[in-house]
Formats: sequence, C-alpha cells, structure tokens
Amino acid sequence: MFKLLKIDKEKCNACGLCEISCPFGAIAVENELAQANELCTLCGACVNVCPQAALAIERRKASVEELSQFKGVFIWAECEPHGEKHVPRKVAYEILSQGRRLADQLGEPLNAVVLGDEGLAEMDSLCYHGADRVLCFRHSLLGRYTSDGFTNVISAVIAGEKPSIFLYGATPNGRDLAPRVAARMRLGLTADCTELGIDENGQLVQTRPAFGGNIMATIISPYTRPQTATVRPNVFAAAKRDLDRPVNIEEMPVTLNKTNIRTRLIDEIRLASEEGRIEEAKVIVSAGRGCQDPINLDTLRELARKLGGVLAGSRAIVELGWIPHSLQVGQSGTTVGPDLYIAVGISGAVQHVVGMSSSKKIIAINKDPDAPIFKIADLGIVGDAPVILPKLINEIERIKVRR
Amino acid sequence: MKIVVCVKQVPEITDVNVNPETGTLVREGISAILNPFCEYALDHATQLKITQQETEVIAITMGPPQARSALFRCLELGDDRAVLVSDRKFAGADTWATALTLSAAIKASVPDFDLILMGKQAIDGDTAQVGPELAEILNLPQITYGVEINLSPKKKRIRVKRETEHGYEVLETRLPAVVSASKGELIRRVPSFQDVLTARLKDLRVISADDLDLDETELGLKGSFTQVINVFPPPQKQGGIKLEGLEPEVAARKIATYLRKEGFV
Ligand SMILES: Cc1cc2nc3c(=O)[nH]c(=O)nc-3n(C[C@H](O)[C@H](O)[C@H](O)COP(=O)(O)OP(=O)(O)OC[C@H]3O[C@@H](n4cnc5c(N)ncnc54)[C@H](O)[C@@H]3O)c2cc1C
Repeated sequence: MFKLLKIDKEKCNACGLCEISCPFGAIAVENELAQANELCTLCGACVNVCPQAALAIERRKASVEELSQFKGVFIWAECEPHGEKHVPRKVAYEILSQGRRLADQLGEPLNAVVLGDEGLAEMDSLCYHGADRVLCFRHSLLGRYTSDGFTNVISAVIAGEKPSIFLYGATPNGRDLAPRVAARMRLGLTADCTELGIDENGQLVQTRPAFGGNIMATIISPYTRPQTATVRPNVFAAAKRDLDRPVNIEEMPVTLNKTNIRTRLIDEIRLASEEGRIEEAKVIVSAGRGCQDPINLDTLRELARKLGGVLAGSRAIVELGWIPHSLQVGQSGTTVGPDLYIAVGISGAVQHVVGMSSSKKIIAINKDPDAPIFKIADLGIVGDAPVILPKLINEIERIKVRR
Repeated sequence: MKIVVCVKQVPEITDVNVNPETGTLVREGISAILNPFCEYALDHATQLKITQQETEVIAITMGPPQARSALFRCLELGDDRAVLVSDRKFAGADTWATALTLSAAIKASVPDFDLILMGKQAIDGDTAQVGPELAEILNLPQITYGVEINLSPKKKRIRVKRETEHGYEVLETRLPAVVSASKGELIRRVPSFQDVLTARLKDLRVISADDLDLDETELGLKGSFTQVINVFPPPQKQGGIKLEGLEPEVAARKIATYLRKEGFV
C-alpha cells in the first residue's frame, strides 16, 4: 500500500474515477476499494476528481504571515550583445508582459533586474514595456554570463528585496542560473513554464509540459518565497511599447571580485552568425535528413530568404555536420515559436516536435505518409522534397511578380 | 581520480501514447531506459578513464527498486560500482529534494569524489535543474551543456567545451566540480556479452534514507518546495490537411497558395 496517498476506506465507493484520471496507472479499484501502487508520483490528479473526497495527500503547512512579507514581481531581463552594446533580448520583453499581468493581479510593482557591464543599453525600454523599476547592476565581471557571478548578484537581490515572484527566461543561461539561485535561497522552482496565473490565495500557478510534451503539469510553490520559475521563450507575446510610461532606473552597487567566479573562459568558438538567430525568427525553414544532400540546403536557404525567414534543422543534420548546433531545433537544441515553420524531410520525432510545436502554422513535406510530423502539420504534403522545393520557389516568384 | 555519475531511469518517451478518450498516459509496453543524457555523461566518464589511469567511476541513482536495471546498464558500459538510493520516503521528490538526497548519498558513499557528471536533463521531467541544485548544495562550481571534458594540464582542473547559443565556449574550473553533459560520443556502445557478465560481478549497493544524514522532513514530497497540483493532457493540436499523390508542380502550387492565403507572401 502506498502510504503518502491517503485513501479513506469509509468514503471510497469504488466509483473508479480515480483509476481513469490517473496518468500513471498508479491507482485502481480492487476489492471494492481504490488501491495505489508504487507508480504513484503524488501528482494529485485523483484527489481532484474524487467525488467522495476520499483521497488526500499529506502536505506540509506554511505560515501565511511569513509568506505575506514578500512583495513584488521581479524578472531577470537577460541581455545580449548588439553591436558594441548589450541590450535586453526578446524573451526579457516576453516575461515582462507576463510579469506585468501578474503584478497587476496582485497589486504589486514589477521590477526588472539587469546584469552587465558598461555596455548595457536600452534600459528605459524595459520601463516602456511594463517595468515600474529597473535595477541595473554594472560591473566589469558581469559583462559575460557566469554561473557564480550571476548567482551571487541575483541571490543578493532576492535576499534584499524579498520579492513574491521571480521569473527568468528559460534560455540556456536562465536554466543554468535559476536552479543555482533556487538552491542557494532554498526556493521552489518550476522549469520551462508555458502558462502562469494567480490563484484565489494569491499564489503563482505554473503550468509546464512534461514527458516530451505528452502531459501538462500544474505546479505551485506553497512554502517558499519568492516563487520562482523559468518561462519558455516564444510562448508569450511582448507588450506594446508605451512611451508614456515613467522611466525609473536605479544603478545598484555590486560587490564582486574575481575569486567569486570559479570558472575561467579559455576559448570561444562563434558559429553561424550569418544565418540569424532561430529563436527570434518569424519564419523558419527547417531541414531534416530527408533533404538528402547538404547541397539542397541552398534551396531551403533561398526559400527562407524569400519568406523573410531563416534556416534551421533537426539534430540528424547537425550530427551529419550540415549545419551548426546553434541552428538545431528541439529538446537538445533551441525551442522556437515562429509564425510559420516549414519542416522539410523531418520525421517529427518527439524530441524535435517539443522544440517547435508552438509554431503558429506548420507546413510539412515528407515522402512518408505516416511520418509523425503530419499529425501536427496544418498543411502536409506527401512527396519528394528536393524535387518540390525548387518548384515552390518558382511559384512564390510568380505570386510576387503578379502583384 | 573518483568520478561520480548521477543517472536516472526514465520511460522511453517515444513510446508514450495518450489515450484520446481519457487523456491519460498509456503505460502498457513502455520500456524503462537509462536517460540518454545520462549515457552521455557516462561516455565522458569512460573517456576520462582512458586518459587517466586509476580512475574509478561510480554510478548513483535515486529511484525505485526497478532503477537497478539502469545501474546495470552503467556497469555494463564500464562503471566500476553503483549505488541505488531507494526508499519509499523519497517518493514525490521535486528537483530540490532530489538534489538534496543525491548530495547526501554522494557524501555517504563517495565522500572523496573529484568530479560529478550528470546528464543536462532527464527526458521525462526535462527540468535540467538537479545538476545546478546539486552543485550549489555541495558548494561546487558547475559547468552545464558540456560536450567535451578534458583534464587540464594543470592538475586538479578540468576544461569543458560547452554549447552556447552562439557556438561553443571552453571553460576551466578546479576540481571537484559538477559538469552536465548535453552530448557524448555519437556511436552508442553496445555492451559485449563479456561486459554483461562482468557487470553482474561488480558492486551494486542499495542505501536507504537511514544511511543519509538528512531529516525525514527533508525527503520526498515533504521535503519538496514545489507541488504538482494537477496533470492533464495538452490541448490537442488539430492536424490540418494532408495531401498525397500530387505531381510535384501541383504540390508546389498548393503550398504557394497556402502561403499566399495565410499572408506569408
Ligand atoms: C536525448 C535526445 C535528444 C534529442 N534532441 C533532439 C533535438 O533537439 N532536435 C532534433 O531534431 N532531434 C533530437 N533528437 C533526435 C530525434 O530523436 C530524431 O532522431 C531526429 O529529430 C531525426 O531527425 P530527422 O527528422 O531529420 O531525420 P529522420 O528521422 O531520419 O527523418 C527523415 C525524414 O525524411 C523523410 N524523407 C526521406 N527522404 C525524403 C525525400 N526525398 N523527400 C521528403 N522527405 C524525405 C523520411 O520519410 C523521414 O521522415 C534527440 C534524440 C535524443 C535521444
């Protein structure tokens, strides 16, 4: 018998709703009584559906007073190089729009935390997009992301400001930083959220995909403040720029020295700058092994150019050395969410699909009618990609000329 | 040198199907595998063992008794010994409670480790949080998304080539440290019959909550800071139209028409 899930024998009437609601096959009605087994993850799905309230999970209690001392929604506005400067990247504006919504619901201010060196620019833009206040930490040791340097600064912000919510973009750096901070400050952290809300108790309710996107889980952090989460890029839209919003930028003192940072940069290899960043692209033409030959990628590049987009690809062609890893879409690459995703010769493996399924429109070209990519494509074409593509480019030319 | 590799057993995600009527996961026939990213971590441990004589590689997992089979896989792939950290009290652990339990298990079973390797994420939870949390709990430097790991010419240091959004960077840090792997060697090793036999002779120890220097309130669901309150199937994306058997010209025209209709050209 599984202990932490309590089953009240008196109340259970063996209706079986728990059995069909359990995503893990961990509870079943046997001998006129619900019985749980070791597959139980304590997710609570059965507790929520039980009409008899016969199921309960023993959870820890938290002091409401203690938690209510924490106020304010904070986001880490990650910056990226832009010419000589470092400016907030797209995902910073996306979480700012979500942060604004949550802050308004709670009646609390929204703060953006920025780390960088003297090159930081466009800080006022964060205010125009929703921040009430920008906390700007400039230091020569913060010009480049390091786990140790950034963890020190963000942890100090949390200790000093006592926020109720702290959000990060679920970028590679965000996912390196957030858990480090969470462990230092003993905080609950939810990864890669695709939905955020506030419940009737003022708690942050976080929803994220799991099992390769096969199920969604809703998660709360009831005992720890701030409630922290990383937010998946390209899921939320940025707010419109509002130049009437007041600008409030505070330059903050930084105490950091070299010995705080235990990693040292030895070398850097930059790739694929000509191709453009796939994470922020509106149109992506994505190549898979079914493109047959790297020569054919030129046709895909041309198609991408004609549509104002960029080229990306599956892990299979990254491993073949056709494109660099920075252009890989998927679980071990980048999550993208363009308006249009054209998958050419891509089978649609789950690890690929989790990285692109939030694209608004998906076109797939594949010669196998049973390829899984067709399950999510708005328009699927069963056919030979290297043959169809040049003709498609001609067709697009023709449409453009006719106008 | 002593290398700890933290591994996890996961369901083979590609097998997962959702019952369209009930919206629940169909469990039948799902095989449990060693998380692929953990296999990459093992690859790196094996590589280091080749360059550095007298290296001991210890695989550790927290999981149910069945996770033993994932550890056997590690032993078949060349690890020297394995530790299964298993107890009902660990059930419902979130990433924090998992990292805390692992840290205590490492202290209890390999206190003199030099390097901890892990997969960058597990393919079931996909959080990528346990590595950095473990590093912080043990107060060690961390390097995530590693693709190549070398001992640096200076003793007691490692160099890790890691993926970034713009390419790669090479970082150096002192040991002990925590490194997570996002890639390993491309060709998966198939253990030989001999490997399988030797694996059964290697030391596989099971430890429980009683062996750890942790309070019961720090374990499992009770020790977790986050709580799953609901799980549900994702909104199904409706598949659109699928066109078969078209001449290439016609197919191209269909796509072009669609692009025009949707405003992309
Ligand atoms: C831990 C892990 C992480 C992973 N992470 C990622 C990831 O981040 N991103 C990713 O993409 N993959 C990832 N993968 C790999 C993934 O499982 C697939 O192997 C990969 O996506 C397959 O790439 P593909 O579709 O290009 O190739 P294939 O699966 O080989 O598919 C090629 C497709 O092309 C079609 N085709 C062949 N010829 C033609 C033609 N002439 N015209 C049209 N179609 C044609 C075939 O029908 C087939 O469907 C990961 C795997 C693991 C284990």
